[in-house]
Amino acid sequence: MKRVRLAAILFLVLITGTAFSAGFVAPASYARQFRDIPDASASRQHPLGTDDLGRDRLSRVLVGTRISLLLAPAAALLSTALAALIGGVAGLAGGWVRTVVMSATDLFLSLPWLFLLLTVRAFLPLNTSPLLSVVITFAILGCLGWAGAARIICADARELCGSEFILSARASGSHGIHLLRRHILPNLQPILFAQFWISIPVFILTEANLGILGLGVAEPLPSWGNLIRELEGFTVTSAPFWIFVPLILLILTVSCFQLALQKEDLWA
Amino acid sequence: MGLRRHRFCFALSLLLATVLCSPLHGQNQLRFCIGAQPTTFDPLLVADGPSETVRYLTGGVLVRLDRSSQQLVPELATSWTINRTGHAITFELRQNVRFSDGTPFDARDVAYTMERLMDPNLHSPTGDAFRSSDGKVTTTIDGEYRITITFPAPVVGLDQLFDQVAILSARSPRKEMAVLGPYYVEENKAGSYLLLKRNPSYWKHDAAGRQLPYIDSIRLDIQQNRDVELLRLVRGEIDFINSLTGQQFDQLKSTAPQVAFDAGVSLDSEQIWFNQVPAAPLPGYKKAWFASTRFRRAVSSAIHRDDLARVVFHGHAQPALSLISPANKFWFNARLQPHAYDSKAALQWLAQDGFRLENGVLRDSGGHEVEFSLITNAGNKERELMAAMIQQDLGAIGIRLNVVTLDFPSLIERITRSFNYEACLLGFVNDELDPNAQMTVWLSSADNHQWNPNQKSPATAWEAEIDRLMREQASTLDLKKRKQAIDRVQEIVWEQEPFIYLVNKHALSAVSPNLHNVHPAVLRPQVYWNIEELSFATEIARNR
Repeated sequence: MKRVRLAAILFLVLITGTAFSAGFVAPASYARQFRDIPDASASRQHPLGTDDLGRDRLSRVLVGTRISLLLAPAAALLSTALAALIGGVAGLAGGWVRTVVMSATDLFLSLPWLFLLLTVRAFLPLNTSPLLSVVITFAILGCLGWAGAARIICADARELCGSEFILSARASGSHGIHLLRRHILPNLQPILFAQFWISIPVFILTEANLGILGLGVAEPLPSWGNLIRELEGFTVTSAPFWIFVPLILLILTVSCFQLALQKEDLWA
Repeated sequence: MGLRRHRFCFALSLLLATVLCSPLHGQNQLRFCIGAQPTTFDPLLVADGPSETVRYLTGGVLVRLDRSSQQLVPELATSWTINRTGHAITFELRQNVRFSDGTPFDARDVAYTMERLMDPNLHSPTGDAFRSSDGKVTTTIDGEYRITITFPAPVVGLDQLFDQVAILSARSPRKEMAVLGPYYVEENKAGSYLLLKRNPSYWKHDAAGRQLPYIDSIRLDIQQNRDVELLRLVRGEIDFINSLTGQQFDQLKSTAPQVAFDAGVSLDSEQIWFNQVPAAPLPGYKKAWFASTRFRRAVSSAIHRDDLARVVFHGHAQPALSLISPANKFWFNARLQPHAYDSKAALQWLAQDGFRLENGVLRDSGGHEVEFSLITNAGNKERELMAAMIQQDLGAIGIRLNVVTLDFPSLIERITRSFNYEACLLGFVNDELDPNAQMTVWLSSADNHQWNPNQKSPATAWEAEIDRLMREQASTLDLKKRKQAIDRVQEIVWEQEPFIYLVNKHALSAVSPNLHNVHPAVLRPQVYWNIEELSFATEIARNR
C-alpha cells in the first residue's frame, strides 16, 4: 500500500512539474491556430497532433493541466477555509447558533450545484479576460463547495469542545482566541487537511463537467474540461489514442489524489 | 496501426448495418429520429420541428412546394388561380378523395380548415402568415369541388403559403386525427416513439397504378442526442438522418460514401451582430463603435470566412453574403460578391473612423482599447469553434475579443430583454423561400430586428430604406418589382452589415443504402420530402 501511495505522490509531483514547465516543453503557443492542419495526426512538430482548429494538442494539455492543478487546489483552499469558519463557529458556539448554521448548510447542500453554477455564471460581467474568467470560475466553485466539509468540521469541533483536555484547558484559564489557537485548531488540522485534499479532485471534476457543457474556461484558454470535449460525439469511435490523453490524465490525477491520502487521514 | 484497426471496426459495423438494415426492424417499416415529443397533432397549431415532421407526413395539402425544383405542384387542388388584385385564390379540388377514416373530402373541408386557421382565438402560427391586414377572410363554395378564398388585402406568395396548410375534415368524428396525407398516427408512446401507418385511403398512385406510399409504416423514435442518433444509423436501427455536422459527414463519407449525402448550400446562415440598442447598458464609446458602418465592415473584412467554412464545417459550408442564401434560386442576388478577407482593408476602414493600431492594440480616437465580448450558446461546438477563430482573426487587427458561452435562456434574456451584451453569434434556420417571411426581421419596428428591435421610427436612413423596400415588395404581386426590391435590400444589408453574415451551411444527410428513390434536397424535410416514393430495396426485390 505504501508503494502505491508513493507512486501516486510521485505521479502528482511529476505531472505538476511538467505542467509548470509548459513554457519550455510546449512545442507551440496553446492558442496558435495552424489552420492548414486541423485534426492532424501525431508528428514530430505536434507530438499529440492538433485539435479541430489546428492548435497543438500537447501544448494545450500542458497548459490545461497547469490551470486545473493550480486553480483546483486554490478553490479547495477557499472552500476549506469557508468550511472551517462556518463549521468551526457553529461547533464551538453550539446551541441555537449551531442549529441555525447547520440548517443553512443543509439548505445549501440541497441546492442543485450545476444550476446554481450556471445561474451565478450568467450574472457575471461578459467583458472579462479568459484568465480572469477561469479564476472567477474556480472562485465560484470554491465559494459554493464549503457546505459538506462544514458539517464534518462542525461535528468534529463539537466533539472537541466536550473532550477532557479542552475542559482541562478551560479549567486552567484558557479562553477565546488562546483556546482556539493553542488547543482547538491544532486538533482540527488533520480533518481540515483531509477536507482540503479530497476537495481538489472534486473541483477538478466539477470544472471538467462545466467544460464538457461548454460553460467552463473561456476560449482560447485550455483546461481539462474543455479538452475532454473533444471526446464527445460519434467521431470518437475511430479517434486515435492521443485524443484520450486529457481524459487519461484526469482519471490518473483524480485517482492519485485519493491514493495519496492515507486511510487514517480520511478517517481523521 | 491502432487507427487502422478502429477504422476497420467502424467500416465493418457499417457494412453489417447496411446489409441488415431495415429487415431487422422488419415489415417494410421506415425508422428515423426526431429530437423531441411533438407538442401537438393539430396541424394548424404546429410551431416546433417534431410537430412539423408529423404534419408533413400525415397532412394533405392543396398545393405542395416540390423541395427539389422549388416549384409548386398540385396535390388536393388540381389547379388554382389568384385574382388580379391578389385578394382571392380559387382552387379546383381533386374528386373521389377520402380521409384516412373514410370520410369524403370536398370544398366544405377546405372552408372549415380556413375558418379554423383564421380564427383569432386559435392563435395559429400557420394562420399568421395569411394575415396581411385586419378584416375577415371569407370562403365561397362554388360547387362540391371548387372554392374561392378571399382575403381583406393582397397576400404576397399566397399560393406557396398553402404548402403549410393541412386540410382538416369538417365532418369526421376523429377531428384532426383524420388525415389526407400518406400516413396517419397509429400510436403515440409519449417520450419514446410515434408509429405512423400507411393511409389506406391515400389518393396517390404510381405510374403502374400501385397505391402510394410504398412503405407500410414509419416509426419516429424520440432521441435528443445527435451522436446516439448517428450510432443508431450505423447499427442499422434507423434508416436516415436529416441533418449532420461536417465532422460527422466526413466520418461517414470516409468509411461508407454511399451513405452520406451533401445536397449543397442550404437556406440556413450563421451570423454575428453588434448591439445597437440605444438604451443598452453599454459605455457610449462602444455604442458609437457598433453604430459605425465602417467599424462593422472592418470587423467583417477581418474575418476569414473561407477558413471558417473549411476548418469548422470541413468544407461543407460557403461564405455567406447577405440575407438570402444562394440556395434560394429565385430570390438570391447573384450580383453580390463575397466579402473578401482583407485585414489591411479592415485597418483602413478603422483609420477612417479615427482608430489606430499601437503596439498590436487597436485604440479608438478617445484612446479606448478596442475590446468587446461575443456571446453564443453553450453546447454548439460549431459556433464555439467559429468564435475562437474570429477571436484570432480580430486579434490580428488589434481587437481583443472575449468569447462567452451562455446557456440558451440566459442568452435569450440578454438579446431580447436586458440588451446587456455587446455582440452575439447565432444562426438563422430558414424554411421559407419567399423573403416576405423575413418581414419580422427586417422591419425596424419588428421584434426580431435583432441589432435594434422595436424602433418607433427607423434609427438610420438605410433602415428606413429597407423598411420602404420590404413594404413595397409586400404590397405588390408583380414578381419583377418584388425581386428588384429584395435585390436592393440584399445590397443594403451587404453594404451596411447590421448582420455580419459568416457562412451558409450545406444540407448534409445520411441515408441507408437500402432506402431507394432518395433525393436529398436543401429544403426541409431534406431526406423524406418525397416520402410517398421512398421504398426499401428488399421490398422491391420481394415484389419482383
